[in-house]
Amino acid sequence: MTVTTASTTGDAIEPRPDVVTLTIDGVQTSVPKGTLIIRAAEQLGVAVPRFCDHPLLDPVAACRMCLIEVEGMPKPQPACAVTCSDGMVVKTQMTSGVADEAQRSVMEFLLINHPLDCAICDKGGECPLQNQAMTNGQGDTRFDGPKRTFPKPINLSAQVLLDRERCVSCARCTRFAEQIAGDPFIELLERGSQQQVGIAAGIPFNSYYSGNTIQICPVGALTSAMYRFRSRPFDLVSTPTACEHCASGCSLRTDSRRNSVMRRLAAVDPDVNEEWNCDKGRFAFRYLESDRRLSTPLIRENGQLRSASWNEALVAAAAGLKAATGKTGVFTGGRLMVEDAYAYSVFTRRVLGTNDIDFRPRGSSTEEEMFLANRVAGRGLGPTYADLEASQTVLLVAFEPEDESPIVFLRLRKAARAGTQVVSIAPSASRGLVKTGGTWIPAAPGSEAFVVDDLNDDWVAALGQPGAVILVGQRAAASEGLLSAVVRLADRTGANLGWIPRRAGDRGAVDAGLLPTLLPGGRPVADAAARVDTAAIWGVADVPEAPGRDITGMLAAIESGDLEAILVSGVRMDDLPTGSEAGLRDARFVVALDTHHHELVELADVVLPVAAAPEKAGTFINWEGRKRSSSQALTTSLMSDARVLAALAGELGFDDIDGDPARLRAQLDEFAGWEGARVGSPEVVAADPETGTGFLLATWRPLLEPTAMQEGEPYLAATAPKRQVWLSPSEAATIGATEGQPITVSGASGSVTAPLVVTEVAEGTVVVTGDAYRSVGHIDGRVQVAV
Amino acid sequence: MPLTPVLSAHWDEADSYTLDGYRRHGGYDALPIAFAQQSDDVIQLVKDSGLRGRGGAGFPTGMKWGFVPQGDGKPHYLVVNADESEPGACKDVPLMLANPHSLVEGVIIASYAIRANHAFIYIRGEVPHAIRRVAAAVREAYAAGLLGSNIEGSGFDLEVTVHAGAGAYICGEETALLDSLEGFRGQPRLKPPFPAVAGLYGSPTVVNNVETIASVPSIVANGADWYTSYGSEKSPGVKLFAVSGHVERPGIFEAPMGTTMRELLQWAGGMRKGHRLKFWVPGGSSVPLLTEEHLDVPYTYEDIAAAGSMLGTGTPMVFDETTSVTRAVTRWLEFYKHESCGKCTPCREGTYWLVDLLRRLEAGIGSDTDITRINEVSAQIAGRSFCALGDAAATPFPGAIKYFADEIALGTHTTAAELFDPVAATVFTGVNA
Amino acid sequence: MAISETTRAQMREVLVRYPRKRSALMPLLHLAQADDGYVSADGISVVADLVGLTDAEVTAVATFYTMYLKQESGHVRVGVCINSLCALLGGDEIWDALVDHCGVGTNQTTDDGTITLERIECQAACTHAPVMTANWEFLDDMTVAKARHVVDDVRSGRSVQSTRGPAVRTFADAGRVIAGVDDGLVAEGDHRDDRMLAGLRIAQQNGDADRSAEAERQGASKVKGR
Repeated sequence: MTVTTASTTGDAIEPRPDVVTLTIDGVQTSVPKGTLIIRAAEQLGVAVPRFCDHPLLDPVAACRMCLIEVEGMPKPQPACAVTCSDGMVVKTQMTSGVADEAQRSVMEFLLINHPLDCAICDKGGECPLQNQAMTNGQGDTRFDGPKRTFPKPINLSAQVLLDRERCVSCARCTRFAEQIAGDPFIELLERGSQQQVGIAAGIPFNSYYSGNTIQICPVGALTSAMYRFRSRPFDLVSTPTACEHCASGCSLRTDSRRNSVMRRLAAVDPDVNEEWNCDKGRFAFRYLESDRRLSTPLIRENGQLRSASWNEALVAAAAGLKAATGKTGVFTGGRLMVEDAYAYSVFTRRVLGTNDIDFRPRGSSTEEEMFLANRVAGRGLGPTYADLEASQTVLLVAFEPEDESPIVFLRLRKAARAGTQVVSIAPSASRGLVKTGGTWIPAAPGSEAFVVDDLNDDWVAALGQPGAVILVGQRAAASEGLLSAVVRLADRTGANLGWIPRRAGDRGAVDAGLLPTLLPGGRPVADAAARVDTAAIWGVADVPEAPGRDITGMLAAIESGDLEAILVSGVRMDDLPTGSEAGLRDARFVVALDTHHHELVELADVVLPVAAAPEKAGTFINWEGRKRSSSQALTTSLMSDARVLAALAGELGFDDIDGDPARLRAQLDEFAGWEGARVGSPEVVAADPETGTGFLLATWRPLLEPTAMQEGEPYLAATAPKRQVWLSPSEAATIGATEGQPITVSGASGSVTAPLVVTEVAEGTVVVTGDAYRSVGHIDGRVQVAV
Repeated sequence: MPLTPVLSAHWDEADSYTLDGYRRHGGYDALPIAFAQQSDDVIQLVKDSGLRGRGGAGFPTGMKWGFVPQGDGKPHYLVVNADESEPGACKDVPLMLANPHSLVEGVIIASYAIRANHAFIYIRGEVPHAIRRVAAAVREAYAAGLLGSNIEGSGFDLEVTVHAGAGAYICGEETALLDSLEGFRGQPRLKPPFPAVAGLYGSPTVVNNVETIASVPSIVANGADWYTSYGSEKSPGVKLFAVSGHVERPGIFEAPMGTTMRELLQWAGGMRKGHRLKFWVPGGSSVPLLTEEHLDVPYTYEDIAAAGSMLGTGTPMVFDETTSVTRAVTRWLEFYKHESCGKCTPCREGTYWLVDLLRRLEAGIGSDTDITRINEVSAQIAGRSFCALGDAAATPFPGAIKYFADEIALGTHTTAAELFDPVAATVFTGVNA
Repeated sequence: MAISETTRAQMREVLVRYPRKRSALMPLLHLAQADDGYVSADGISVVADLVGLTDAEVTAVATFYTMYLKQESGHVRVGVCINSLCALLGGDEIWDALVDHCGVGTNQTTDDGTITLERIECQAACTHAPVMTANWEFLDDMTVAKARHVVDDVRSGRSVQSTRGPAVRTFADAGRVIAGVDDGLVAEGDHRDDRMLAGLRIAQQNGDADRSAEAERQGASKVKGR
């Protein structure tokens, strides 16, 4: 944008075909063709008042608050819907009596039926209606009739409540639901002065993105059950944070009061989450105040855990680890900030002197490790959200974006609305895929690698076009040969390959080298130069040369006695492969760093409490490889993992292990740009799919499920989709089942019953959605399906 | 001026609504004439005829057709606006009851002109017998090879779908009608893009009123010169006038444009016996009322506009001295409030406010401030609403107070019913005491 | 209530008339209403499935239009136009009389389930004011006495003849006609009344009708002759 004052218009501005030049309030400005007047005015610092306008929603020009004067037009025009044209002369309320009067009129109309209950309204203090009534309204109303009233409030969902009398019918919420989320479960109902937002009878607004409607509501009509009446905006302390839940990497604003989080909002970050987030990121933070939070160190005495001082606990932990020198393994989960992850990498290699570390408690494969080392670790930024939006074709493999990285889903949907072709190799055409207008390529569990290898020429050609992206989900590791096939496809087509893990700390863990064969920044343990380089940065003579064991290997080593101690952080028992508990009980010594009590913590000999993400400053690396820095929102006496490890290292005689996050981050940055040897591409050949009786089970973890990170938030939990069983029409007919009928899926280790949805599912496959993975997700082999 | 029955020329025949009845008097004879010409020539003919939209806005029909981009590769659509719902308008429904084939023939010719292969007739839902008659006419036309593939060997294909609304005045607004026809709430769309460029399903679409389309066959058959021989230069042709209210013989009168209200009133037998004219509304409640002094204003778009009103639907409502103008205006505003779609603030909230204020005046408890306020609120709606419904709602009161300020002011202390005995206004006074 | 198989079949017939399924939404809702007497949640759900929308999207449409009912209608829905012209010419008196006569208000149904009264807006029949409707068929040129008579006939099971339309059928029948299902009654009801023919008769008396018809024929043959 260029800005000149009207007085300098004598200097001719070179006309450009993609730019128009107009005058707003006497100031000449040039903007890209297609720019709306309201945006052009914003760029000049002129705020035209508005309600229905939202830069990420299609213009609707319904509220009429932004009426401005355009020379030559007989009536005031909505600035939110009229695009700038060359030579246009716009006068906003700043310079036009007509515009000012029109806006004041509209404001008066908006307020005649508004309850003006600001004093008890959540929005009071941060309300666009309240604010604009002050700037663009009059102090008093001339309306003296009876106001329209409604019984209040009504539940649009368990979480989202609606006070209809406050609504100004701007339709931001309904447009968001339809245009952005693709969940048109709320709509404008009735008409005229009875027009109101509502839902279908008995069908709540259960969208993963419902909380955004509350945030963009320009009045206090939409509130959340969890925040309603809890606080006033001016009592809140706002902190910019990064979401700790998934790998999407949303920027958030965490609002706290008296050191307690009251609410979280999506922060504006055009590169990542734009202005949105998911309901998990918005509402799931009560875990911070769980009764199960660990507040003091614990040590085991006479078989029982008891509170201990830090000194006592560190001494005990150090003694136990010392006794197991060379025989200690490290499990970290996927939730660590990258500074903490790096601290584990350093601690494991320098203090414990081993490469026995793995961040993948869910089970691991060498193929995945090679994939991560070869294609992900230390590769920096990209593909990015912007790449998704710019691409003509995006192929999804073993990835359900809506459940597994919800902001990726939103960006894919945005891209799809603009013409991007989304195609998914998956066991079924999920609702998320349908919402992106995507194409489904069926692949039964275990056969995905063959499907990738056999992709037809049209798709291969599409992926060969510049900008094409392949997104492979973390689940791909569970299908032997699939990651190898994906790498082959990416190499064959030149498509930009992205890996999307589930958790916020997964990508950082890869970059920090929390893998048995990988040092920080993608350096292979097996490569001497990489070890030398690493040792140099660390200021030590050498780093352990022997490749470490992955989690499966470590569990086996505990059983065999090759490993005696385990240092574990942020890993829950149900994150681990079935049967891990017995193995862990065999370990002679377990040190757990964690935020909460849980089954695995109960096994530990020493428990060291650590700060949760909002209680410390740090950085997550999202799936793109983008740093997501997070400020400390809450004060706490608890230390970060890195500081605890530094203290523990000190106790073990390593006084130079740093626990300072800024210095750790700076040191990790030194690992960037590795140009040396890499772990090779995975070249695993998939085994022919086994044949057998029964169905192949396909399932993935839903966004909302009863996990520790979502505890204490019943309203959120109540919006989770219900468990379903999906079968293809022919398979449903085979077992004689009809839509909605309860179906039982049973395998060797459990069964689950849920209503049937007849939809597109790969041959011989049954899909179980919702939180069913806990019951059947770990069943190996085939399952039986029956009415 | 003489009456000129064209569309209504054979309504006195019992089977006027059938294909046989229509064909008996040259029905569908215009079709081969049209097919013998290029589509653009038909558009030019309609341009030359000066035919203007009979739905109320009076937009030149040929020009509207000419806006449709040709050779754009998209399907084109013709949509007939048969959602006649304007208070006072009662010409399209009679036409559909008595002469639906003129509409069907017009649809075929218009579709041919704009290269549409699918046309829709959107009829308001509350008139099942009109729906029966139009649907039957379409069925007959299909059976006779007048619709479907390769009509009359012309190579032109046309499907016609008869579609019924479900009770929403706003669907008379062409973009609201399109949204409704697409299965949405009937709320108006942002313009631009205009329907001629992006209408139904985002494709070029012409939306025309029933009477407009039904007028096309006679223009094609008789030529533009025939049509322009009636009416004025800017308002040529003939049209269906429907006179209602306190007249001796209300009814439909097909006459040239330029006919005066005085002539219409004479045909309608004058005011009912013993009563005199108080005011008349030239073309639906959305246009300002006029009085006796305007009886000689020619019924043309330009002359009625010069007199301070609008031709609108050309269906005058006539009220005598028993009428409370406050009561009439209040009821119209209640209508606009009821029919406001709710999309934009000025219309949604403004009609709510106006009704509250007007009811006070009707109840004799208004104030001078209320009267001022009604004018102010009307002005706050006018020109700020999303579509013309808001402007329409802002019309009746300012129109009324121009001539009846003294009467309206009585609403500050006396009820409308005391001022004007409602029974006296009924047309069955004394019959049902 | 469930949507009958007959109605589902009619719904499928309606669907094929439109290039896009969603366009069939309104007639489908008329059909759903014909089955249930109102637009039920079940009806919404069936229609939503057929056109591929969420129930909320269908509800949004169903609540926008006044003909879609939230409560079950009586057998005959009696509407009285209360827009200005009809109201003044006697609609208000008719309305008051019917409220008194039936003992119910607007959108309310008599205890015997036969009649639902409704205040309706302009029906495009102002030349025939005051206007009423029975299951949307015209009852033109009404008086209080005629209105009471209509109600009495309905309540006692007698046939009510509409003006410019057939004998009044059931509410469900009307809904199906509006949805586009042919009921074979197109020939019923004579449109030729004094109001419809007011202008034509004068023209005929004056010889104007012949003249314009002649012009039409001449013009046609002239162009044809080219």
